[in-house]
Amino acid sequence: MAILSQEEARKIIDKVLSYSKADEMKVELTGGRSGNIRFARNSVSTAGATNNLSLSVSSVFGKKTGTSDINEFDDASLEKAVRRAEEMARLAPENPEYVPMPGPQTYATSQAFADTTATIKAPDRAKLAGASIKSIMASQLSGAGFLEDSANFNAIGNSKGLVGYHKSTNVNFSLTIRTPDGTGSGYAAGDFNDVSKLNTGALTDVAIQKAKASQKAVALEPGKYTVILEPLAAGELVQFMINAMDARTADEGRSFLSKKGGGTRLGEKILDERVTIYSDPANAQIPSSPFSGEGYPHEKVTWFDKGVVKNMSYSPYWAQQKGAKPVPQPSGFVMEGGTQSLADLIKGTEKGILVTRFWYTRWLDPQTLLYTGLTRDGTFYIDKGQIKYPVKNFRFNESPVIMLNNLEAMGMPVRTRGNLVPPLRIRDFTFSSLSDAV
Amino acid sequence: MKRREFAKLSGLGVSAALLPAGLLTGRRVSAEDLLSPWLDVALKKRLADVALNAAKSKGATYADVRIGRYLRQYLFTRENKVQNIVNSESYGIGIRVIANGTWGFASTNEMSAESIARCAAEAVDMAKANAEIQLEPVVLAPQKGFGEKTWKTPIKKNAFEIPVKEKIDLLMEVNGAAMKNGASFVTSNLFFVNEQKYFASTDGSYIDQDIHRMWPTFTVSAVNKQTGRFKSRDALSAPIGMGYEYLSDNPAEKIVIPNGPTTYRYAYNMIEDATAAALQAKEKLSAKSVPAGKYDMILDPSNLGLTIHESVGHPLELDRVLGYEANLAGTSFATMEKLKSKNFQYGSKIVNLRADKIQPNTMGLVGYDDEGVPGKQWDLVKNGILVNFQATRDQVHLLGEKESQGCSFAESWDSVQFQRMPNVSLQPGLDKYSIHDMIKDTEKGIYILGRGSSSIDQQRYNFQFSGQLFYEIKNGAIVGMLDDVAYQSNTQEFWNSCARICDKDDYRLFGTFFDGKGQPGQVSAVSHGCPTTRFNGVNVINTGRKI
Repeated sequence: MAILSQEEARKIIDKVLSYSKADEMKVELTGGRSGNIRFARNSVSTAGATNNLSLSVSSVFGKKTGTSDINEFDDASLEKAVRRAEEMARLAPENPEYVPMPGPQTYATSQAFADTTATIKAPDRAKLAGASIKSIMASQLSGAGFLEDSANFNAIGNSKGLVGYHKSTNVNFSLTIRTPDGTGSGYAAGDFNDVSKLNTGALTDVAIQKAKASQKAVALEPGKYTVILEPLAAGELVQFMINAMDARTADEGRSFLSKKGGGTRLGEKILDERVTIYSDPANAQIPSSPFSGEGYPHEKVTWFDKGVVKNMSYSPYWAQQKGAKPVPQPSGFVMEGGTQSLADLIKGTEKGILVTRFWYTRWLDPQTLLYTGLTRDGTFYIDKGQIKYPVKNFRFNESPVIMLNNLEAMGMPVRTRGNLVPPLRIRDFTFSSLSDAV
Repeated sequence: MKRREFAKLSGLGVSAALLPAGLLTGRRVSAEDLLSPWLDVALKKRLADVALNAAKSKGATYADVRIGRYLRQYLFTRENKVQNIVNSESYGIGIRVIANGTWGFASTNEMSAESIARCAAEAVDMAKANAEIQLEPVVLAPQKGFGEKTWKTPIKKNAFEIPVKEKIDLLMEVNGAAMKNGASFVTSNLFFVNEQKYFASTDGSYIDQDIHRMWPTFTVSAVNKQTGRFKSRDALSAPIGMGYEYLSDNPAEKIVIPNGPTTYRYAYNMIEDATAAALQAKEKLSAKSVPAGKYDMILDPSNLGLTIHESVGHPLELDRVLGYEANLAGTSFATMEKLKSKNFQYGSKIVNLRADKIQPNTMGLVGYDDEGVPGKQWDLVKNGILVNFQATRDQVHLLGEKESQGCSFAESWDSVQFQRMPNVSLQPGLDKYSIHDMIKDTEKGIYILGRGSSSIDQQRYNFQFSGQLFYEIKNGAIVGMLDDVAYQSNTQEFWNSCARICDKDDYRLFGTFFDGKGQPGQVSAVSHGCPTTRFNGVNVINTGRKI
C-alpha cells in the first residue's frame, strides 16, 4: 500500500532535509494507487492498475534550483538524491524570477479521503461495470463506460520549517448509451471522493432515458436561443473563465481582465450581480488539497462577488513584484446558485433548449474568452415548461463572460468534475451551425 | 509533474494547460543522464522472457511485453529569462495478456525478475476477473515472430548530444529577435523526446527500437495598451521525427510568399520565423476584421494538417467506427456500410489520402508498432472514394483482412496499447503547380497559415478551424491581412470542395505530440503531410466579439 501516514511521511522528509547543504531545500513525497475498467458495446474492453511512490528533492543555491526524483527509500539512496539535486542546482542557470521558499504555514482541514474508495479492487470494478451493462442490455441499447478510482497522498516539507500533508481518494464514472440504430445517444457522469456516494445505477438510468428520448432529433435553425445548461455544460464554460484569472497576464495586458489604457478590471462588475464564485479546499462536497505544490495555502478565495472581480491568482514572483499575497490557482470552485431543481428550471422556461453537455470546447479568442464547441448526448426543445422533442446538435460560439451577463435563472449547485455548479438558464446563447452528429 | 505546474513553469499559458499530463511524468535527471546507457539488449530479453513465461504459466494464451525507457528534455524561456529546464526519465515494464479470451494489463517499474513475474500474474488475474463480463472474446490476427531485431529513427544529430547552453543561446536569440522587432512578450521552448522501446511477444519477436522526435516552438504577443487589444502569433514550425538537424537554415527548404510569410520544410530557421512573427503579431493588431461569407480557402500545410488529422485521421479509426470510443472521443460518420459500399465519395476525385508508418521525418515513423507489426502504407481514400480504415491485430478481422495494419501504440510503458492514428497525408497533385500559381488563380479567397483553434463533433461531421495568419486574396494577389477568421464546414462537403492541390515541391509536414484518445487518456505523436490546397466556397465566420 503506497499511502503513507502523516508520521511515516514526515520521518522520511525530515531525514532528507537533514542531509541538505544547500541554501534552501524542498522535499515532496507523493504516492498512491489507481485502477480502472472500460467497457464498450456492452462488453469489457480494457482495464489497468498502477501503484507509485516517489520522492522529489529540490535544492537551491542563490537563485539556482536543481531537482532530483527517486523511488528508493534506504538512507544511502535518500542522501544520494540530495547530493544529486545540489549538484544539478550548482550547474543550473540562474532563475531571475526565483522567490525564496515560504516558512511554516497554517492550512485548512480538508477531509478528502474515504477508505471505501481506497480499498476498491478489480472484481469490485467488474461488478459495478457489469451491473450497468445488465441494465443497458435489458433496455436493448448499447453502452460504453469508464470507471476509475484512486487513492493518493502528498507530503511536503522545506528547510524553513514548512510541513504539509494531504491525502485524498477519488472515483469517477461516466457512460454513453446509444440506440442500436444510432439515432439516439445519452450521457451521464458522476465524481466523488467517497464511492459510497456514487450511484452508478441511477447514472445508468439517466443515460438510458436520454438515449431513448434523443432519438430522431429535429433540425432547428442556428441562432440565438434561451438555453438551460445542465451543470456539466455550465461548469465547463465557467471553468475556462476561472482558469484565466492570472494577475500577471492581466497586468501585462493580455487577458480578459486587462483594461483598455492599462491596468486590470479588479473591482469592476463584469458579470450579472447574481454571480458569486469562490474556492474553498475545506468545502465538504468538493474537498481538495489545502496547499499548492510550493506550499502556499489554498484558502477560501472569492473570485467573483455579485458579479464583481474580487481576486486574481498570483504566482509567488508576481505577488512579490506587486506587493501582493501569493494566491494559487484553485483546484475546484463553487458557483453559488438558487434552490430550484433542474426540473423546476425547465418548468419555468417558455421556450428554450436543454443542453446535457458540451464537446470539443476550444478557445477562439483569449481577449473575449470566446469559445466554440458542440452540444452532445441529449439536446432537447422546451416549450411552455415541457420538454417537447429532441433537437439536432448545435455548434456554439460563446464566451462565459457574455453568458454570465445573459443569466436568467440558476438552480441548485451539484458536484460535477470536482466543482459545484448550478444548472443555468441563459438567454441569447449563440448557436452558429448545426451538426449531424449523434 | 502536474499539468498545471507544467503550465506555470512553461509560461505557455493556455496552450500548455492543454498539454496532456502523460508526457510530463517521469523522474527528473541531469542532461548527461539522457545519454547514459540503460539495460543491455540481452538483459531486456531475459526480463521479457520472465514476463512471457510467467503469463503463459498462469494461463495466458497470448502475452506481450514492452520494456520502455522514455527520455525527455524540455527548455522553457520568456524574453531574456530561462524559466525552466526539465530532463526526465521514465522506465518500466508493461505486460499485456489474453486469458479466457479477455485482455488484461499490468505494469511496474520494479525491474526485478520477481516483480515482473508478479506483474504478469496480476495481468492474467485481471483478464480472468473481467472475462466474467466479456461478450466479445478477443480475436487476434496472426503475426509471425521476427526473432531479434533493432530499428532506429534515421536522425543526423541526436538532440541530447547538443549542450544545453547551445540550446538556451538559440532560444535567447529567438526571443531577442522577436523583442527587437516589436514584440511585447515572447515565450520559446524546445522539446526533445527519445523512446527506447523493447517489445517481445509469445509470437517470438524481440524488437529493440530507438525513436527520436522534437519540436521547437514559440509564441510572440503584441499588446496595444491604448486600445486594450492583444494578438499573438505562434511558430510555423512542425513537431517532427528528426534530430537537431531540423534547426538549421537551408534556403532550399524554404517557401517564400510575396507579400506574405515564409514557410519551412525540413530545415527550420527559428530566429527568422520569430522575427517575422513579431512583425506579423503587430500587423494583426490593426488587421481588417473578416466579413463573414463564402470564400475560396487556400490552406497551408501548417493549417490543413490539423484539418486532415481531425476530419480524416480520427473518423477512419476502426475502434471509433465500431463504438469502442463512444464514451469519450465518440463514434464516426464513416461507417462500415459506407466502406463496404465502395462508392462513398469522401472527397473530390483529386483527393487521395494515405496512411503511413514508414514515411521519413514523420512523427509516426517506427520500424514496428506496439504489438510487433512492421510499419506499412495503405490507402484510406483513393480518387475521392473511402477504401479503408486503420486497425490493430484484435480488430482487423472485422475488415475481412488477415494482417494488422500496424496501428498499435501506448504512450508509455505503464499504459495499455490500443489503436492509434498512423501518419495520414494528402497526396500531392500530379501537375506542376506552386502556391504562387494557386494565389494567382484565386479571385476571392483567404490564405491561412498555422495551427489555430479547432473543434469537431463526436462523429466528425461539423468542424470549425481557425489559424495563425490570414491573408485576403483579391484577383490573384495578396492584398492584406485579415483577423477574426474561422472556417466552418462538414467533413464530406469540405473534402468534396477540394479544387486544387499543389505539387510535390510544396509538400510539407504538420505534426502533433499531443493527439489525445482513450480512457484513461493517452497521447500519441503523429504527422500529416500535404501541399498547399484550395477548397472552394467554404463558409467563413467572424469570431470578433465584445465583452
